[in-house]
Amino acid sequence: MNDFHAPLIDWAAVSPVLIVLGAGVVGVLVEAFVPARLRRTVQVALALVALAGAVVAVGLLWSSVHQSARLSVGDSFDLTPFGLAIQGIVAALAFLSVLVMADRSGGQDAFAPTAAAVPGSRYEEEARRAGLEQTEVFPLMLFSTGGMLLFTATDDLIVLFIALEVLSLPLYVLCATARRRRLLSQEAAFKYFLLGAFASALTIFGIALLYGFAGSVHLPVITDALAGRGSTPLQGLHVLAITGIVLVSAGLLFKVGAAPFHTWTPDVYTGAPTPITGFMAVCTKAAAVGALVRVLFYLGQGFDAPTRHEVQVLLWAVAIATMAIGTIVGAVQTDIKRLLAYSSIAHAGFIIVALVGFSEAGAKAVLFYLAAYGLATLGAFAVVSLVRERLTTGEGGEKDSVILGEATHLAQWAGIGRKAPWLTAAFALFMLSMAGIPLTAGFLAKFGAFSAAVDAGAWPLALLGVVASAISVFFYVRLIVLMVLTPAPDAGVEGAAAAEHAAADVAPGGVATATQQVTRAVVTVMTGWSPATVVVTVCAIGVVLLGVVPASVLDLAAGAAKFVP
Amino acid sequence: MSFPWLTVLIVWPLLAALATATAGRGRGRDASSARVVALVGALVEVALVVGAFLAFDTSRAGVHQLVETHQWIPTIGASYAVGVDGVGLLLVALAAGLVPLVILAAWKEQGGDHARLRSYLAVVLVLEAFMVAVFAARDVFLFYVLFEAMLIPVYFLIGGFGQGAQRRYAAVKFLLYSLAGGLVMLVAVIALYLQVPAADRGPHTFLTDNLTHLDLSQNAGRLMFCAFFLAFAIKAPMVPVHSWLPDVAEHATPGTSTLLISVLDKVGTFGMLTLCLPLFPEASRWAAPFVVALAVVSILYGAILAIGQTDLLRLIGYTSVSHFGFIILGIFTFTRTGTAGSSLMMLNHGISTGALFLIAGFAISRHPERSQRIADYGGMRITAPLLGGTFLVAGLSAAALPGLATFISEILVFLGTFSAVKWAAIVAVPAVVLAAVYVLLTYQRMFTGTVPAGLAPDGKVPDLDARERTVAGVLVALLLVLGFLPQLGLQFVDAPATTTVKQIGHTDPAPVIGAAADLTTIAPAGNGTVKEVAA
Repeated sequence: MNDFHAPLIDWAAVSPVLIVLGAGVVGVLVEAFVPARLRRTVQVALALVALAGAVVAVGLLWSSVHQSARLSVGDSFDLTPFGLAIQGIVAALAFLSVLVMADRSGGQDAFAPTAAAVPGSRYEEEARRAGLEQTEVFPLMLFSTGGMLLFTATDDLIVLFIALEVLSLPLYVLCATARRRRLLSQEAAFKYFLLGAFASALTIFGIALLYGFAGSVHLPVITDALAGRGSTPLQGLHVLAITGIVLVSAGLLFKVGAAPFHTWTPDVYTGAPTPITGFMAVCTKAAAVGALVRVLFYLGQGFDAPTRHEVQVLLWAVAIATMAIGTIVGAVQTDIKRLLAYSSIAHAGFIIVALVGFSEAGAKAVLFYLAAYGLATLGAFAVVSLVRERLTTGEGGEKDSVILGEATHLAQWAGIGRKAPWLTAAFALFMLSMAGIPLTAGFLAKFGAFSAAVDAGAWPLALLGVVASAISVFFYVRLIVLMVLTPAPDAGVEGAAAAEHAAADVAPGGVATATQQVTRAVVTVMTGWSPATVVVTVCAIGVVLLGVVPASVLDLAAGAAKFVP
Repeated sequence: MSFPWLTVLIVWPLLAALATATAGRGRGRDASSARVVALVGALVEVALVVGAFLAFDTSRAGVHQLVETHQWIPTIGASYAVGVDGVGLLLVALAAGLVPLVILAAWKEQGGDHARLRSYLAVVLVLEAFMVAVFAARDVFLFYVLFEAMLIPVYFLIGGFGQGAQRRYAAVKFLLYSLAGGLVMLVAVIALYLQVPAADRGPHTFLTDNLTHLDLSQNAGRLMFCAFFLAFAIKAPMVPVHSWLPDVAEHATPGTSTLLISVLDKVGTFGMLTLCLPLFPEASRWAAPFVVALAVVSILYGAILAIGQTDLLRLIGYTSVSHFGFIILGIFTFTRTGTAGSSLMMLNHGISTGALFLIAGFAISRHPERSQRIADYGGMRITAPLLGGTFLVAGLSAAALPGLATFISEILVFLGTFSAVKWAAIVAVPAVVLAAVYVLLTYQRMFTGTVPAGLAPDGKVPDLDARERTVAGVLVALLLVLGFLPQLGLQFVDAPATTTVKQIGHTDPAPVIGAAADLTTIAPAGNGTVKEVAA
């Protein structure tokens, strides 16, 4: 008895995923075979080429996917226009993330020489002296991106789960690779791993329940079963289906960073190396939102009125809690990375506001929102990675100074508008966009999200969103005030505080000898062209263009959102 | 295709701002050249406005002219649509006319830091572009975008270039107030768009004209009206959401306050007139009693608080709360007389408040410590007669003295109110007396008596110099000209007032007998226009 049929594989359809994962595998080989001095260059080039290739592949697939509405490989890979659009957003933003990761302003990149070493150990110190570099971050990042691309392109919950793991595991490792504040970084990774594993467990349990309910892990079959067209013994047990949907959603919402599954976000965003934080905040969120939209909208077709209502109540609650926590707790943060973490939580809330109607307008709004949010957030984190502490030893002035890690405390950001007017202007633009001020991308994104909600009759939710928006303006503007209008604190006073701060940072190894001398740490901004400033420029241009002439992008988003029934 | 006057009027200040921001940069070059560039740019804008006036057909002032309509974001029905009726044109002219005076008045401000002054002037010019655009916008979405976006330059003008340690607090207060109102309005804008049947939605759905005849349910209309009105009332500002204004007036530079209160806040009353009333006629009639009551409270409350102020700029801020009450009162009488009076008052109040703020700024610049406390001044009339004289004229125009521009508009508002809501007119009338009190008391304290030692040890306060005389002279001349020849302004506001009253579907009550006689005696040159309004 031989009823095995090899699946018909449309190689073109899987090309974006294949290119990225393939490049990841090649990257591992590069680690093994390419000499150390070339390794970094080769890895960066490989990652950039692969992600650019993925973007091009998405572009080439665009029209064919739109004509046939979907391309599939067996039952497990379905490329819809919406999934493809998310893939495009993820790949393009990942490309920009690689540039930030490759930035070496100040002489060193953001990653530890050997992430596996015990922080403060002799081994680590020797690795640092030898000038080792952890170039594995690039293949890891490619694997993660590959998982994200797969995440939104499947109707099979098992494949969805595999994609979830493929995207998560490299991220756990990447979180632990920060060059400075090693303990914080490892704590972040550990926390992320534990909570992530817990979320994965919830997801797989939810999938199991859905399998029990419908006899399949395939979304169309589950939808049929929900609509009462199934034929399994348990299909009358709607409570099973609801529990399953809630658990699967919980796993996805964990990745989105929505309350009450947001608690990992501030710690992990703070501890991870800033380029990785930017990558996580942007790409992971985009991919997870894509998967969430796909699962919920697909199953939504099979919902009867009460089920639909139950799921919507759940989404309302999540959206309200997420917006409230993101904006209110965000308003009292004193660390720039934590602040941006809460901002990203708030944005997750706004995105969910767009979803509650299960409508095409909602899907369209989500796509535009992700693009607008992604550009502003990535740009903001790129700026954060450029604001550094400079430790001056002795009287040698700038020549004797050492560039240390990022100056992330808000007090250190005071008055940097004078030091770096252009970067400050760009950062202010990102903040205004996140605040949703008109003529920036963020305004049209929020306009779309709230329109979708009002259209679906959820105007109280839109009103709450507007209130949350107003609160969030407070802390975004506070940042701008701090950078532009507040004078830099007296250098002597700040120097003492920052030196103490810096000494604590580098105490294990690092510039250990320097702490015994007269030390003075001041905040400095790495201006001048570097990969990170290129990213800042691209993001700033993108934010303005999407804000002023958004018509063509909105059209693309409208076309891509058509998969919704 | 006719000449795109309005687009040019919007784009030119942006170019001038760019030129200003880049002027005199580089090693060894003098940043003070930037102020000349800014002034020339602003004067060219005035010339362009004159051109727009010539292209405008005054006999059809009730319809939008100089219209341009282009697609902007077709998917959501937003378009770049500009055009002005008489009222819009007057306000555009007010904005363009005040900017060169503000630039001239700020010539030596910012503590002599020319680089700082350059940034200040560049932001002022950017703001000018927004102000022209918002009065010209004929698309609700475009209006909203400009309404919100221009908060940012204002915010920097207050917080970055203002005076006093509290200026950042004032700036944040202004921003949060305005944004809260604006964002609530955003929900209403979205809701309004969704009221258009899906089949009728096209690339130009957001045009104001396309949204005026919607079949709104009573509740929806009223809710949306409230959202729009809240945003405009905060902007205007009206009691009880006015409390940001005194703080801003105290901590912004006089030039910023001039632009903000004389021009920008008119967006609030302009929005009530051109959006609230035509879009939600039913809800406007429903809300009118509350609005009229609040307007009367604003009028009296603003005037009474003004009397009690010790800070000169704060005092002027409170007088504006009172005057904005008059403007709102006139609009919500739904009479041609009242609406025309309010429209004209937007212009006149702009000139009169601008004069007060700028001349008060000149007085403050004469104090060694730039004190804003009225008690720190005295006796300046002797050595600075021009300063005292122009301040008195500007102050009396705030008190609506006959012969000055503000009189005619205030009397029209009173007449309109009296014919529609008698009690409101009766209750509001004492404000005229209160206005005389706060103006004359202030003048008496600052300009008569003895010169305090803290102001000038030798008792000599220098009078206005040529630059300051130009600024004060132009403003006083405008107040006098518009006071004696009110039909210059009335011809632009009369027809739009008729259109508005027709849109609201309100029967115009017969005007008060005798009003016509009053008007013709006050404005003998009013060749028919005024009579028509009153008759």
